[in-house]
Amino acid sequence: MKRSKTMELGVGLFMLAGILGLVFLGLRVSGLTFSVPEDTFRLEANFANVGGLKPRARVTMAGVTVGRVTEIELDTEWYDARVVLELDAELAGQLPRDTTAAILTSGLLGEQYVGLTVGGDPETLSHGDAIRDTQSAVVLEELIQQFVSNMATN
Amino acid sequence: MMARLQRLGRYGCDSLETLGRAGLFLVQSSFGIPSRMGWYLWLRQMHFVGVLSLAIVLVSGLFIGMVLALQGYTILVDFGAEQALGQMVALSLLRELSPVVAALLFAGRAGSALTAEIGLMKATEQLTSMEMIGVDPLRRIVAPRLWAGFVALPLLTVGFSVVGIGGGYLVGVEWLGVFEGSYWGNMQASVSFIDDIGNGMVKSLVFALVVTWIAVFQGYDLIPTSEGISRATTRTVVYSSLVVLGLDFLLTALMFGSLS
Repeated sequence: MKRSKTMELGVGLFMLAGILGLVFLGLRVSGLTFSVPEDTFRLEANFANVGGLKPRARVTMAGVTVGRVTEIELDTEWYDARVVLELDAELAGQLPRDTTAAILTSGLLGEQYVGLTVGGDPETLSHGDAIRDTQSAVVLEELIQQFVSNMATN
Repeated sequence: MMARLQRLGRYGCDSLETLGRAGLFLVQSSFGIPSRMGWYLWLRQMHFVGVLSLAIVLVSGLFIGMVLALQGYTILVDFGAEQALGQMVALSLLRELSPVVAALLFAGRAGSALTAEIGLMKATEQLTSMEMIGVDPLRRIVAPRLWAGFVALPLLTVGFSVVGIGGGYLVGVEWLGVFEGSYWGNMQASVSFIDDIGNGMVKSLVFALVVTWIAVFQGYDLIPTSEGISRATTRTVVYSSLVVLGLDFLLTALMFGSLS
């Protein structure tokens, strides 16, 4: 039988493309990521309650996206949540020391994100510093509970 | 009345017999001893059922991903939840649409062609001639086509998913302005490699087996006339589609419906 090189090449490419596609699905879609260290500005913030905040959520200042959340873990010293933020490298040394972080919700049921608000301190935060002044996520159930108990006491 | 009952009984017996023949046929043809020649025959079929089906599958995947993003966006934006678009597109593609739609396209594009090809070989008595000269047509003709189908459809399904998610990205992020990080981030947070991608691939493997089996068996078992070929080709597409959709419900219930 006549062997055709282009056909063999075509099948080879097809199978390679299939395997690469599976790799893409694994890494990019299901997030089996090997973290690549990048040159970013890293800050930490401790929250009493992160609510539904997820890793990779965005970090905004004045509504503009300036970075993302990379890690959320329990701080066993204080029993609160330690959130690691990776901000654009150009913000390094620009944020005052009394910058505040709050967990906000986009829309009523939308995803949660971190909003930063700058203060007026002349000293600035440097790489790896922790933001002291934080505001936890608003948990809807607690709000409703408060509202209902207020109604009951009135 | 009696005659009608008789016909029904004969129909039942015939169907059962066909099923048994199909089962034997699958076992006999898929366990042929592979040789170097068989390897090359398989390669040629891979080219035909896999590489040449790539265009239709990828283009369909692109459009389905784009439509999913567009439809999902108009619904999700009412709840302010358009960030969940990536998750919606990826999950519906990986769990349902890629395996099913790729299998349906595969049945139409490759399955019907396999039936017609083998059917014409039977009608022109090529299969009988092969047996006469001592070549087993099951091993020479059928086995490479079966194995090519098993391998090609899961690969096509992966391509469908990748292109569909890309299409969703184009419409959702580039056109409608969903934040890119939420598109991928929500997707990665909710898609599990084993539960979603793995189960989708299992579905796709099952569909590949069933669709190729039906196509090849219909070709091998038809009445060797031109009308027989046309009816067998139609039957391939109709049976494959029905079986794929029915099995999809069953597999989904087994994989994702276990809430007990």
